[in-house]
Amino acid sequence: MSKVHVVTSVNGEPREMLCEPQQSLLEVLRDELGMTGTKEGCATGDCGACSVMIDGRLVCSCLMLGVEAEGVDITTIEGIAEGSTLHPVQRKFLEHAALQCGICTPGFIVATKALLDRNPDPDERTIRYWLAGNLCRCTGYDKIVRAVQDAAAELAHEA
Amino acid sequence: MEAYAYARPTTLDEAVSLLAAHANEGRRTQLLAGGTDVLVQMRSVDREPRTLVDVKHIADTNRLDIDSDPVFIGSAIPSAILNENEELKSLFPGLIEAADLIGSTQIQGRATIGGNLCNSSPAGDTIPAIIAAGGVCVIAGSGGTRRVACEDFLTGVGTNVLEADELLVGLEFPRPKGRTADGYLRFIPRTEMDIAVAGAGVALSLDDGGTCTAARVAIGAVAPTALLVPAAADALIGTKVDDEALAAAGAACTAAASPISDKRGTIEYRNKVVAVLCRRAGANARDRALAR
Ligand SMILES: Cc1cc2nc3c(=O)[nH]c(=O)nc-3n(C[C@H](O)[C@H](O)[C@H](O)COP(=O)(O)OP(=O)(O)OC[C@H]3O[C@@H](n4cnc5c(N)ncnc54)[C@H](O)[C@@H]3O)c2cc1C
Ligand code: FES
Ligand code: FES
Repeated sequence: MSKVHVVTSVNGEPREMLCEPQQSLLEVLRDELGMTGTKEGCATGDCGACSVMIDGRLVCSCLMLGVEAEGVDITTIEGIAEGSTLHPVQRKFLEHAALQCGICTPGFIVATKALLDRNPDPDERTIRYWLAGNLCRCTGYDKIVRAVQDAAAELAHEA
Repeated sequence: MEAYAYARPTTLDEAVSLLAAHANEGRRTQLLAGGTDVLVQMRSVDREPRTLVDVKHIADTNRLDIDSDPVFIGSAIPSAILNENEELKSLFPGLIEAADLIGSTQIQGRATIGGNLCNSSPAGDTIPAIIAAGGVCVIAGSGGTRRVACEDFLTGVGTNVLEADELLVGLEFPRPKGRTADGYLRFIPRTEMDIAVAGAGVALSLDDGGTCTAARVAIGAVAPTALLVPAAADALIGTKVDDEALAAAGAACTAAASPISDKRGTIEYRNKVVAVLCRRAGANARDRALAR
């Protein structure tokens, strides 16, 4: 099977990758680039564990082909922290114990970052609808919503 | 054996030639918009290798003409972009309501209304809304461009009129004038992320006295394809779209429906719910038109 050469940008770094045409971006990130922060929960678009941003827009990387990433800017969970300093969203998830097993967490963090980038002051309903495509088997969601609200408040304070 | 391949045409001509050449050689192609149906199907019900032809890098499929008549929505535009567009939302509140029901934030970042239509599921949420709003499919093929009314586009469960060398360029909608508005409602057992048990879209125009002068009613998930229901529209035209008229329109929807029983609902249930949805979507469209 002939692989396709794809030039893209991951977390601000230019990257080249060889993709089989049918490989999902999720498979390429994890298996070709070794970036295993992005998780696979379902591979059918239902759980949001594979959430990444493409040119700033939140998508499921399991429902996008690697070859479709030609020329785009991809933001993954690995691009959220500044070096070893956690992003406020990450810190608030820890402080509020908004995770247990953690498999859903990268997806929630990326989705939350995408929300706060466009709406710095979302109400609870907006948060719950925005995150409706992210499933968590462990937390019961309340702690996640509190973490998001607290992160929004801290980011507003910083701004 | 045929292997998977990916093509990224940048013009309609290039896309159509590629589709035609593959068809001539007996090789399978599949058009790819947001991929939210295609990728799921590639991993489950349909694993046969094929050439995926990406429609997202063509200028015509990315065109969004909101200030024109007809309004044009290109087939490559993800619903997130439509949902964020206040002008579009005010022109077609029902259509955008339907687009906004598709999947999650993540799904809407990719999914297109053209893909929803071309996937041609009986339960596709935007299809009744597109039909109600008078949507016309602009189709490019080897023979040039043709236009097909959305209600004539669908031919069965998962099938439509597209030939092997054709693609949907986008959808044209007559620009709503005066007191014209639409509404779409579906019923699912929870508030997000499920497949419609039934759906109904209503678009109508009122005169200055609030009498309905034109209407289009379409139903989804209660027949092999979404359906235009002219009898439901007739029940509204000439009335003030009061409870009695809405009840008659709802009854016409039930009469036009031929649902199946499955885990989401029985025939009896779907027949009843589609009438309720028609009444409520009709009342929403009326109230929106009155507010114009
Ligand atoms: C988690 C999840 C939730 C969902 N929720 C809903 C929902 O609530 N309601 C609903 O109706 N659907 C839902 N869907 C299904 C899907 O998201 C929609 O049908 C979506 O609108 C498909 O658009 P797309 O651009 O992703 O299409 P694609 O997957 O790219 O294509 C769909 C079909 O259309 C064909 N096609 C695409 N573009 C063209 C074109 N320009 N010309 C000709 N053929 C074309 C493709 O070949 C394919 O057969 C959901 C899917 C997922 C994964
Ligand atoms: S792995 Fe992509 S949505 Fe579940
Ligand atoms: S923490 Fe386990 S699934 Fe969310």
